Amino acid sequence: MMRSPEDRGLRESATFDRAAIAAIQAAATTGVYDIRGWGAKRRVPHFDDLLFLGSSMSRYPLEGYRERCDSDVVLGDFHGAEPIHVQVPVTIAGMSFGALSAQAKEALGRGASEVGTATTTGDGGMTEEERGHSDKLVYQLLPSRYGMNPDHLRAADALEIVLGQGAKPGGGGMLLGQKLSDRVADMRTLPAGIDQRSACRHPDWTGPDDLTIKIHELREITDWKKPIFVKIGASRPYYDVKLAVAAGADVVVLDGMQGGTAATQEVFIEHVGIPILAALPEAVQALQELGLHRKVQLIASGGIRHGADVAKALAMGADAVSIGTAALIALGDNDPKYAKEYDELGSAAGYYDDFQDGRDPAGITTQDPRLAARLDPVEAGQRLANYLRVLTLEAQTLARACGKSHLLSLEPEDLVSLTVEAAAMSRIPLAGTTWVPGAGTRDSD
Amino acid sequence: MCGIIGLHLRDPELYPRLGPLMVQMLQGIVVRGPDSAGVAIYGDRSRCPEGQAAVSLLNAPEDLAVAVASELPGVEKVRVELVGETTVLTAETSPEMLASAVITVAPESRVVGIGEDMVVYKGIGNPNDLAGTYRLQDAQGWQGIAHTRMATESAINAEGCHPFSVGVGVSLVHNGSFSNYATIRRELQRGGISFDSLNDTEVGARFVASRLAEGDDLATALTALGDKFDGFYTLLVTTEHGFAVVRDEFACKPAIIAEHPRWVAMASEFQALAMLPGIDEAHVFEPLPGRVYAWKR
Amino acid sequence: METLKQGTAEIDLAVQSVRELNAELHAPNAQRYVVRHPRGAHAVAAGVNAPLEVQIDGDVGYYCAGMNQEGLITVEGSAGPGVAENMMSGVVRIRGNASQSAGASSHGGLLIIEGNVSTRCGISLKGGDIVVGGNMGAMGAFMAQAGRIVVCGDAGDGLGDSIYEADIYVRGTVGTLGADCIKKDMGPAHRKALRDLLAQADMAPQAEKQDYLDGFSRYGSARKLYHFTHEHARSY
Repeated sequence: MMRSPEDRGLRESATFDRAAIAAIQAAATTGVYDIRGWGAKRRVPHFDDLLFLGSSMSRYPLEGYRERCDSDVVLGDFHGAEPIHVQVPVTIAGMSFGALSAQAKEALGRGASEVGTATTTGDGGMTEEERGHSDKLVYQLLPSRYGMNPDHLRAADALEIVLGQGAKPGGGGMLLGQKLSDRVADMRTLPAGIDQRSACRHPDWTGPDDLTIKIHELREITDWKKPIFVKIGASRPYYDVKLAVAAGADVVVLDGMQGGTAATQEVFIEHVGIPILAALPEAVQALQELGLHRKVQLIASGGIRHGADVAKALAMGADAVSIGTAALIALGDNDPKYAKEYDELGSAAGYYDDFQDGRDPAGITTQDPRLAARLDPVEAGQRLANYLRVLTLEAQTLARACGKSHLLSLEPEDLVSLTVEAAAMSRIPLAGTTWVPGAGTRDSD
Repeated sequence: MCGIIGLHLRDPELYPRLGPLMVQMLQGIVVRGPDSAGVAIYGDRSRCPEGQAAVSLLNAPEDLAVAVASELPGVEKVRVELVGETTVLTAETSPEMLASAVITVAPESRVVGIGEDMVVYKGIGNPNDLAGTYRLQDAQGWQGIAHTRMATESAINAEGCHPFSVGVGVSLVHNGSFSNYATIRRELQRGGISFDSLNDTEVGARFVASRLAEGDDLATALTALGDKFDGFYTLLVTTEHGFAVVRDEFACKPAIIAEHPRWVAMASEFQALAMLPGIDEAHVFEPLPGRVYAWKR
Repeated sequence: METLKQGTAEIDLAVQSVRELNAELHAPNAQRYVVRHPRGAHAVAAGVNAPLEVQIDGDVGYYCAGMNQEGLITVEGSAGPGVAENMMSGVVRIRGNASQSAGASSHGGLLIIEGNVSTRCGISLKGGDIVVGGNMGAMGAFMAQAGRIVVCGDAGDGLGDSIYEADIYVRGTVGTLGADCIKKDMGPAHRKALRDLLAQADMAPQAEKQDYLDGFSRYGSARKLYHFTHEHARSY
């Protein structure tokens, strides 16, 4: 058997590593950039770099399996609309029918509804499957306006105006031809099979002054009944959150750079935006300065995996979190049972990110009827519900250990940072110290 | 991000009505910029008497009059008026001399407008309230501009208010955001121009002022700005000679111009123009992308 | 839907709010409405969802008749940005001029602008029809996906950039064509479509004149950018 390059004493370049060499080779061959799904794969400072300070002598824990720790959150009551009351502080992020199969959308609705939380549409309109199976459905208004329909506005439980996404702040998505099936194309008013390049800017407004007027129009159309969420990709969240609130948002959704996408340029996914760990304190500061923290709710997303991430996000000041990639994994994405098929696609279970090409063995990110039929919406929905319960139970376990009878009683002081960079970004002191590098140096012009 | 109004009166019979017309116009742009508002008024001789200079200041100390007068040989009296956060000094001298005397006496204060015919006011708060503070209703004159602000990437304070007035009688208001202003600011700084703020609009104002100082007319200076500045913007620039509007090539930020034999007006939205006398007969149009529109007195 | 009562109701925006107006239009007690003193207000008659006649006596601001369904809405003046944005059905008529993004992403219905229209008219159009009596500004029909735009005057620069399956008819001059937009043949079906649109827009006298119709040219997609490949890198 041939020995590996390392065993033979060969040295790989740190700069031109194998991934960089492969990317150059691919670019030279095809002449177009790489488009893929998933989110950023590089390591960035994250919630892993924070730890909770459990109670001991100076503070008292709640009984971990018995005493009550509530998890419900009311979203969107700031301007007097009919708010969404979720039972767990984890919602399902916007993912389009088109990016996902109808079965996957249905499964998301089933799973979320079972635990009393909300799902979100995506860049492709509202399907009957998701409205039918989601008790609480947030309807997105996106730059492309695919399938935008005032009947759906009125049928939704909240509206979400999307300015950007953590995977690609400032960019539009793509839906490549193999996923633009007849039904998807019809919903988007596009010729079937073309490569759809989504708009990155709304067609009828730019900036917060126009957005103020746009939100007013949407409130008028829906008779002021629907909460209005504004979703931003994390890049300049301190300003963007203030402006979203100034424009009239009830809820701000903040998506960090680790947030996923169905299909975007690799260069965008890996090189634009800031991690949720860095974005969240900026957003919270903005709300606090406005005196509106916990009045205008903040939903954080981008890289939420387990209950510790949920609890840390809430402790840092989010009112809820949103999951996309993790929800797909719960449904069955990257399941090892399809290992052989992933290999045949040139990928592997646990690595598969080609959501753009529609050949997902798990039947989730596809419009191929044969593949989509593999996903049983009932069973997948049950898996998602199980996962959402675990997220909540884990968050409650940590909160009780910090003496909290509601998840929203968590606060930054319950946390310490493990690394200097995490301390600087999260503004949570380095463990064992009171030190926050760079604290208080925001330029205040 | 903001609202803009500007009114350039051609018919002297309307000069006494400048203030009331501007108050009505301002109401049409309050929603666009609820944080703060600034105004520049041209030709109100009760505010800047004929033959005198006016300097508008922020952060001005009290009791400036005597100290400033002592720096100006031959000037008997410096008049000081407090208008909200803005302090206006007038004296029988040149605008440059007056500004220089103020800076000598009160280096901590910030000059936000100098002119022989123009007075600038800035402040934070609801624009309708500020109109009262500035006594806008009482204003007379031949030209005025106002700006309501929704701050984007800089703080809400009087310094961030538009108009940015950095040359004698020149005022600039902006809706949008420049995307390469930091580079242009560095270039201007290398050329010896200093800045008061990190605001993108100040870069536009300093650029225009520097071109005017080099002898460009207003239209030429704005054409040069269009070649240089990237991003989304609608600009209204006024001088003691005229009035000009330019939008970037993408032309996303709104702008409407109305031209009438008795006046020329520009606003972010039509509702700011709706009450102008004779609006029904005016030629109302949107400035084309990238084109400079200028009117001279 | 409950039977609409007959009769005309008048709403004066100098006295009543836009909220009161729209609440009434969303639960109408009359068949026809006259709106006085709009004075550039925003979201006037937004979200109409019934075959009401709404006559607006004056100029309106942003998003007049936004997302209109079935409404027959006439503005006796000019309209601000985003008039009839995302319209689904019905007819919106502007007697004066309209600002940018008129008819943005409209899925159906007919928008008539008797005067001139500004930039990005019909951006992301998704099946609605737009007839412009005067000139159309730059970047008209940007990314338009379906539907038709008729311009009786001239069209500005960047016409039909990245257009999909929408049809554009222009009688006057065209500044420049945007990426992937080309002049196309005018067949009998297109002439009929054009004539019908002009007739629907109450421009029937012209529509009946052959030489008037002859003055129009048709523009649409070259369909070269439908697939994302390196050959078109300079067009992206």
